[in-house]
Formats: sequence, C-alpha cells, structure tokens
Amino acid sequence: MKELRVENLHVSIDDQKIVRGLSLAVPQGEVHAIMGPNGSGKSTLAKVLAGHPDYQVTAGKITMDGENLLELDPDERARRGLFLAFQYPSEVPGVTIANFLRAAVQARLPEGQELEATEYYARLYEKMEQLGMDRSFTSRSVNEGFSGGEKKRTEILQLAMLEPRYAILDETDSGLDIDALKTVAHGVNSLRGPNIGILLITHYQRILNYIVPDHVHVMVHGRIVRSGGKELALELEERGYDWARDAADEMALSR
Amino acid sequence: MKTETKAVDINRNIGDFAYPEVHVRDAGAGLSEKTVHYISDVKEDPDWVREFRLRGLKTFLEKPLPTHWASKDLETIDFDKIRYYLAPGTGAKRSWDEVPEDIKRTFERLGIPEQERKFLAGVEAQFDSEAVYSNIKKAVGEQGVIFVGSTEGLKNHPEIFRKWFGKVIPIADNKFSALNSAVFSGGSFIYVPPGVKVKHPLQAYFRINAENFGQFERTLIIADEGSEVTYMEGCTAPKFNTATLHSAVVELVALKGAKIQYITVQNWSANVFNLVTKRGLAHENAEVKWIDCNIGSRLTMKYPGVVLKGRKARGEVLSIALANNGQHQDTGAKMIHAADETTSNIISKSISVGTGRATYRGLVHVPKHLKNCKNNTECDALLINATSRTDTYPAITVRGTGNAVQHEASVSQVSADQIFYMQQRGLTEAQAMSLSVNGFVNDLVRQFPMEYSVELKRLIELEMEGSVG
Repeated sequence: MKELRVENLHVSIDDQKIVRGLSLAVPQGEVHAIMGPNGSGKSTLAKVLAGHPDYQVTAGKITMDGENLLELDPDERARRGLFLAFQYPSEVPGVTIANFLRAAVQARLPEGQELEATEYYARLYEKMEQLGMDRSFTSRSVNEGFSGGEKKRTEILQLAMLEPRYAILDETDSGLDIDALKTVAHGVNSLRGPNIGILLITHYQRILNYIVPDHVHVMVHGRIVRSGGKELALELEERGYDWARDAADEMALSR
Repeated sequence: MKTETKAVDINRNIGDFAYPEVHVRDAGAGLSEKTVHYISDVKEDPDWVREFRLRGLKTFLEKPLPTHWASKDLETIDFDKIRYYLAPGTGAKRSWDEVPEDIKRTFERLGIPEQERKFLAGVEAQFDSEAVYSNIKKAVGEQGVIFVGSTEGLKNHPEIFRKWFGKVIPIADNKFSALNSAVFSGGSFIYVPPGVKVKHPLQAYFRINAENFGQFERTLIIADEGSEVTYMEGCTAPKFNTATLHSAVVELVALKGAKIQYITVQNWSANVFNLVTKRGLAHENAEVKWIDCNIGSRLTMKYPGVVLKGRKARGEVLSIALANNGQHQDTGAKMIHAADETTSNIISKSISVGTGRATYRGLVHVPKHLKNCKNNTECDALLINATSRTDTYPAITVRGTGNAVQHEASVSQVSADQIFYMQQRGLTEAQAMSLSVNGFVNDLVRQFPMEYSVELKRLIELEMEGSVG
C-alpha cells in the first residue's frame, strides 16, 4: 500500500526521550491531522521524518511507499518525494526565492538534464497567483525580513512547486491571522488529491475548519493516544487536552 | 550538525595538470647577483634595468620577513630552493598556431583562446617566466593602444615606461616588491592614449607549470587623460607537493579623468604562496577600481591600494576571499587620500571553510589639511565550520573636520538549521553550502562584469563541492 508509515518509533535528543513508541500511517490521497499540546513531541516527529541530524532514532521504522527512510539523508528523502513545511523556516540571505526554488526543482531532474527556464517561470508565476503572491516576491531573499504570513505562504509555494508524494505541515497555522490562514488553507486544499498524502501538525482545531482532515490523531507524551474521524478534533476542542492526557495515563497504566 | 571537512584537492577540475618542462632558459635554484645577471643577460636588459634589479636584490636581502604582524608561515619559504627564471626561449607569438604544442594545449584546456574570440580586446598568456602569446585586436591597436609584455614595453616604449615604472610601488615598499624588482619577468605593459575608451577587456593569463618555481610578473598600466580601460587577469597552477611562489607587482596610473578597472580571478592551487603588491595612482578626477577575487593558494597576502593624488579622484576595492582547509587569505585594501574631495570605497567579503582563515587588513588615511574627503568601508565575513577563523584589522586614520568616514563590519555563520532547511528542499549538503556562499557574495558579484561573475560562481561551486565530507 502507498503510505507514509511510522512503526513503534522511539526518538531521543541528548538522552532525553521525546517520541515513545509512536505508530501512524498516512496513505496517499488522505489528509491526517496530528493534534497535541505543547511538548507532546509533534514538531520532533516532523523533523525526524525529514531526517534532522540532531535527533537519534533509538527504535522503530519509518517507511515511504515501502522504502526505509531512516537510511536516507535529508536531501535524499526530499528528492524521493517527502516535503516538510517548517514551523520556523530558515532565512537564506542573498538567495532569491526564484533561484532557490530553481535549484530545488533542478535537483529533482535526472543527471545532465537542464531545467527549462521559461517553463519554470511560467509555472512559478501560476502557483504564485493561486496563492495571491505578488511576482516581485521572487526577487526577495528566501524568508529574509518576511512576516509570519509571508513565510508560511512561501512554504506552501514551495510545496506546490515541488509536488511531493507526502507533505508534513508543521504548525503551518501558527502566527497567522484569519485572512492569511484562509489563503494558506486554500493553497493546501488546491493541492489535495489522490497523489499526495498530507500530515497536518497543529496545536489548535481552528485550521481544521479550513483544511478538513480524513483522520485525526491526538499525540501526548510522545505517542498517539486517540485516533478518529474529523469529529475527534471538535471533541478535543471541547474537552481539552487534559482529557487526552488522561487517556495517555490510562495507556501507560495498561502496559 | 555534522559538517566534517576533508583536505580539499582544489582546482582538480580546472588547473591541476602539468606537462613536462620544456624550458631552455633556466636560472637554476637560489638567488644571488649571478641569478640577476643571468636574467638581465637573457632578456638583454638596458643598463638602468640591470641596476634597478641589483638594487632590488640588495633591498630584498636587507629587509626582514614581515612575520611579526603577518604570518609565521612565510618562514617556511626556502628561497634557496626556488627557481627564479624559467622560459621556453621562444618569445611571445602573435598567433596561437606558432605557440609550442604543449603550451598551447595548456591554454586551450584553460579556455583562453575561446574567451579571446568571444569577448576580449587582447590577450597575453604567460607560461612560467615569459609570455608565450600576446595579441591585441587590430582595431584596438589602431587606436594607439599598446598591450605588450613588460620586457617589450621597456625596450620599445622607454619614454613612457621609464617615466612610471617603479614610481607607484618603489623597490623598497616591502620585501616582496624588492624581490620582484630583482627578478621580474613577464606581466603586461599597457598604454591607452588620451580619450581612447577600450570597449572590451584586455586579459592576461598567468600560468605556473613548473615545480619549485617563482613567478614574478610585473605589470604597468597607464591610462592617459580621459581614457578608459578594463584589464582582467587569471592565474592557475598545478598542485605540487612543494611550495611555489608567486610574487607580482602591479602599478596603475590613471591620469586626469581616466578610468582603470583591474579584475583578478585568482585560482591558485593550495601549495602557492601568493605575495603580491598592487597599487594605483589616481590623478585629478580619475578613477581606479580593483575587483579582486582570491580563491586558492596556501597563503595570500595582498592589499590592493589607491593613492588619491588629484582633486576629486576616486578609488575602489571590491574583494572576495575564500579560505578553504589549511589556507590563509590575508587580504584587504589601502586608500591613501592626498587631495581634496577624494572618495574611496572598500567592500570586502570573506568566506572561511574548514580550518581556513580569512584576514581583512584595511588602511584608510585622510590627513588633516584635506577637505571633503569620504571613505566607506564594509567588511563581512562568513564562517562555514566551527573550526573556521576570521580576523579584521581595520586601520582608519581620518584627521581634520571636513572629512567623512563610515565603517561597517559583520561576521555571520551558516547555521546547521539553514543547511537542513535547504537539504529538505532536495539540495545536497555541498549544494546547500555553495548556494549559501553565493548568496553571501551575491550583492557584490552583481557589480562585476557578467563573464567574471559567471566564472566566479562556478569556482565557488567547485570549492564547496570538495569541502564537504
């Protein structure tokens, strides 16, 4: 089956356990949301999936369409079709968005094949228009001096251009006002389809009103404590994370 | 984040190849009066040049190495093991077809004849001590522009040559200008007549092919009143296990209202000591601009300068230095204001990779009696690894009340998060580094001529490719 699959994942940083036995599967064509309180390990999960070198995977498996991701460098995972929209995207001073994305698109072409510049720009401008971005944006340095909303929109622009098989959106809603949130959600929705699996990581239910998930998972203390349909998000919103924490304690006791 | 570096085998794709030596003129190893006489005999120097050389030798032997302020590494140069003059003895040809086959192949691999056809007004190609090829486009020559080697210049144009030779940089300026004065050979002599604007660049290419060798070219460019000229030089050498010395002297004279732009694309292999003195003299309303890019070498010490001698003269140094593993780029600029309303601008960017070390040394001098002088100095350093090093030594003396000076410096580091972010978009670690470095120099490179900025970006990519473990 085509899916991004995590099995019994354990992750530490500096001997501190952050993810403790997490399992999850995001099939292609579906949108899954992970909700959880601060410190539950959501962002760690996102970085580990992308291959951040600071974290140690001490046990478990991560596969993408059956291929073992843990053996691959971050850039190899990316070129095979894994995308992470960062919660805090880095600045790349002096490198324009156009040149940065061009290098990223070029990196996906077979050896010896040159990117066709006019086609590339036509596609770039089309995607920017869909996201309500001005063309002058392309000549700005990546994320340098960007507002929170501009950064998130730029992440979604990259997602649209790179057409991954699986995308992880790490708190893409944080720091956005309602208009910016709608624009970003509209961008993500336009990318939904049978060829992409999306994992949406969020603290708040709010974004799920605009990007309606197929499944919702609740993450506490480094593992998934509840899973359900989209209505789980509303239940969580109503009952609060303490309810989820209780569930986590129950799980711990039952072991 | 893991950013191990390994020894970088630089230039392996461009300049790291050597053909067997074909020299018939060889001054042997070591430096003495005999060496100087040998060179003077071979070159059939006039008496005044022979005396100039001997004075250079005396000064060189008397002066101590500047190791107290610069680098102890200078002490590892064994002046007795170096060969000071090597030449094929064929003279400079006007056509590539007449250049000996091996040497011609060298320059073809470096792409020189191709560039000449594409966008240059004239080319001189130096192989070890002497030019093997020298040619100027007919139309440019017909305007009265002279572009020849230094030997030919001093012989055939003594009335212009002698007037300026050794005047901008005297023999005793420093130990290595004295060394160059003793054994100089090759380099360019350029004269641009009043009002002539040379549209395309003149280019010289300096190639070291021999081991245990010193290259000591001497360049003199005179732009007469209201004229304009751009000169580009490129340098490479193969990678030998022993030290190679490159010690040039470059003197520029921009007469009233003239403009000289001097561009260096230096890409030495990691065994070269590159100890070069470069200075321009700007007369009234004249402009001297140095674009200086230092990639490679074991140790480079180079501080291009401008003496702003006439009212409203302008001086500029735009420099980029990349210090890779085990390399030290000790570079900077000197601006000597000597007239009212003179302005100078220094922008320096350095990148240190692995155990590389970049040092900026700047000297700006504005004496008290001058009015309305301006200097702007910006130096930015980028550190790639935790083991990389950068130092900045700006010496700015501005006296008097009617002068303005502005100085900005910054040090930044490529963060592990930045590299991870770029890798997440599919770039390899090396590609990510290279893009970061290109971003860092981008605003400066944009001011360079097109052909040069393309070349520079390619060189940076090659350097960064080899620097990631």
